[in-house]
Amino acid sequence: MPDVLIRGGRVINPANKTDAVLDVLVEDGKVKMVKKDISVKSADVIDASGLIVCPGLIDMHVHLREPGREDEETIASGTRAAVKGGFTAVACMPNTDPVVDNASVIELILERAQNEGVAHVLPVGAITKGLKGEELSEMGELIRVGAVAFSDDGNSVMNAEVMRRALEYSVMLDALIIVHAEDMNLSGRGQMNEGFYSTLLGLKGVPVAAEEIMIARDMILAEMIEARVHITHVSTAGSVRLIRQAKERGVRVTCEATPHHLVLTEALLESYDTNYKVNPPLRTEVDVLALREGLKEGTIDAIASDHAPHALHEKEREFDYAPFGIVGLETTLPLMLTELVESGELSYTQLIEKLSCNPARILGLEAGSLSVGSPANVTVFDPKVKVKVDVSSFESKSRNSPLSGWELIGMAKYVLVDGKLVLRDGRVA
Amino acid sequence: MQLKSKDLLGIRELDGEEIELILDTAESFREISTRAVKKVPTLRGRTIVSLFLEPSTRTRVSFELAGKRLSADVVNISARASAVAKGECLKDTAKTIEAMNADLVVMRHSAAGAPHFLAKLIECGVINAGDGAHEHPTQALLDLFTIKERLGKIEGLQVVVIGDIAHSRVARSNILALTKLGARVTVVGPPTLIPMGIGEMGCEVSYDLDTVLGQADVVYALRIQLERQTETLFPSLREYAALFGLNEERAGRLKKNALIMHPGPMNRGIEITAEVADLPQSVVTDQVANGVAVRMAILYLLIGGGEGA
Amino acid sequence: MAFKEKTTIMDRGAIQRALTRIAHEIVERSGGAENLALVGIRSRGVHLASRLARKIGEIEGITPPLGALDITFYRDDIGTRPQPKASVTEITFDVTGKDIILVDDVLYTGRSVRAAMDAIFDLGRPTTIQLAVMIDRGHRELPVRADFVGKNIPTSQREEVRVNLEEEDGIDAVILGEEVT
Repeated sequence: MPDVLIRGGRVINPANKTDAVLDVLVEDGKVKMVKKDISVKSADVIDASGLIVCPGLIDMHVHLREPGREDEETIASGTRAAVKGGFTAVACMPNTDPVVDNASVIELILERAQNEGVAHVLPVGAITKGLKGEELSEMGELIRVGAVAFSDDGNSVMNAEVMRRALEYSVMLDALIIVHAEDMNLSGRGQMNEGFYSTLLGLKGVPVAAEEIMIARDMILAEMIEARVHITHVSTAGSVRLIRQAKERGVRVTCEATPHHLVLTEALLESYDTNYKVNPPLRTEVDVLALREGLKEGTIDAIASDHAPHALHEKEREFDYAPFGIVGLETTLPLMLTELVESGELSYTQLIEKLSCNPARILGLEAGSLSVGSPANVTVFDPKVKVKVDVSSFESKSRNSPLSGWELIGMAKYVLVDGKLVLRDGRVA
Repeated sequence: MQLKSKDLLGIRELDGEEIELILDTAESFREISTRAVKKVPTLRGRTIVSLFLEPSTRTRVSFELAGKRLSADVVNISARASAVAKGECLKDTAKTIEAMNADLVVMRHSAAGAPHFLAKLIECGVINAGDGAHEHPTQALLDLFTIKERLGKIEGLQVVVIGDIAHSRVARSNILALTKLGARVTVVGPPTLIPMGIGEMGCEVSYDLDTVLGQADVVYALRIQLERQTETLFPSLREYAALFGLNEERAGRLKKNALIMHPGPMNRGIEITAEVADLPQSVVTDQVANGVAVRMAILYLLIGGGEGA
Repeated sequence: MAFKEKTTIMDRGAIQRALTRIAHEIVERSGGAENLALVGIRSRGVHLASRLARKIGEIEGITPPLGALDITFYRDDIGTRPQPKASVTEITFDVTGKDIILVDDVLYTGRSVRAAMDAIFDLGRPTTIQLAVMIDRGHRELPVRADFVGKNIPTSQREEVRVNLEEEDGIDAVILGEEVT
């Protein structure tokens, strides 16, 4: 593996408050040197002038579909999509077939990632066996073989008693519980946010209460147990308020929002385009503004794509019958640069915190930093290039993005994973 | 004047002028249904596919008669008989219809938005004959035609729609159509059957039938689906009938010329008593008769024209 | 497109005289008014039929029944142009066994008359159908001829003939003109 010299880029490393035009030298998979005008005899030199160099981005919520639905995504295609989008690591959710509720599935995922993956794959184990919300999975065993956190994502742990025991058990393991907050009696067969638009379109609604009630419940449990929880895909103004209040009380809670909930609203469903069908559903303008506010003030710690690939034939259906989900790995960075940084709502540093430093901290990873000696997971992106979203050019096996045709600003140009150049000039190696 | 779209997907997509055009044109067609030979050659050689993926007798027959009275060939595809029952997806059904060179598809589907999806897949026009809880535009148009026929106008009328607004496509299409032509609509029912945000569609909401009955020019009772009771949306049919049923006592408090309407099929004794259904102010059978004329008008306006001079 | 007037071919007096003559001819040829019925093609044919019925009533003491026919649904150009606005057919008498006088303002290609005859046959089986028109301007495309004509006017195909009637246009006048773009 040759040394890599990233020359002349604007290095933003929030870990040590660096923001300056510097060179970065990578040697033996580690950051060797970060300073002005490094000269080396032989190295793979990347001209990063005009580009931003930052710690590798981490998407803490993706669905890689392997094992079970390799027609929609595999670890190979999903990590290629990640790298294309500027991510060096992804945390994959356990709702595969079979479910990630035993050691052998984690071992399979890690082995595939080792052999075929181009980015780090961080498996999230199931809280309960079969995601059924009834019996706890062997969390200790799962951590031993490599689970980074636990979630029943896609389902909610509806029984408060089961959630209480899961949180208690996690304290012993110092494990993170990632909460998919949805009261499934309230959400029922809901297809979209409940309100004027669901009424107008005749689609069954999911009330904001379905999410907020579960967040409130789990804040109370986390407070009582002093457990660590992370709320995934927060989508409502009320949820942001509940989490803000919990943080103020000292509850050990973090949370993340998705790019689509930060940008899109329920009004787009007027077209009945199933690419807007997602869980939690797209909400109102008021919710979008509250999420952005939460992001700015720090209530929302991270941005994660909830990359959910689906086969074309499953999305090309009547709205009621189509599955929930949006692919996001390859659009998250450009969309967030366009919508949050270009608009002046976040600085580059803040965005890098939400996409790298904070996910690393929440998941307890040795990542999210470019400081000398750190593993060389590096993302280099062009913050100004104009790109048009072309779903047919996705590395992902699936195309279910509502952003097709959108004009965005910014894209990843180079990605190093443990010192290895896996994205070169926007192309996956 | 023409309709602007190749499809009739909902009242939402129509403007007031287009609604008036359909009602005026329907006037011309009503006479044909009274003749001994109930047929004109207008749509000779045109093929209409009636794709009913949810059971329906009235609407399907009404469209079929409308097509046949205009001399079009009407082919029925119903869910049970078609490949759809064997798991064929709607996209393939659409491609099949397209390959058969149909001129128009009339579609009924249990999923909201299904006709919109179909319309994007095929070149020929699509008429929404009811999609889930979304819209049933031809029902609303025939209702407007019936009101106009009896009361001479729509504008300024006070219309009270009673019942399960949440699950009713008839309610949505009627609210949109009536308000577009200047009527005032009040929906009445238990809060469990009044969907969130309905007021933003331009109607008033009430939970007390007796306070709004007196001002009504039209009372429109919706069919109550008997399975709603098990979904805890109301405690019992008995209580529903007591609070929201149209009975003789309530009919007696209506204005003298007020109309009583129902989209059928009626649950006599629940949303409307047999006595009220058979009152002279009840125009339920007019609604059915006018349905054919209104649907003839829509077929004519959608596929009776062409390019050129 | 706009209509550019060239000349007035018939004025109020000429129209009235023509109608009087046609009324007499109809009665004479039919041997009375007992079995007659007048059917006007919408819209101006209806006004002409109504005036003829009144005149026949004055002559014979029997006013024949009057009907209005909308031929929109019988046109042979459906599907080749945007739909014309449809109107209502109002024929309240039984056409079967009647001697029908079909009335229109201008006879041109003959296509409207063909459509009108089809429409009448859907209502029943008249004994005879005869055609009365105010203007015959030639250029027939079908084997149709008028039995009673107010005035024959040779025209070019570019030209247009408008029959204005008081009931609809506020004035009685037949005008020759041209469509100009």
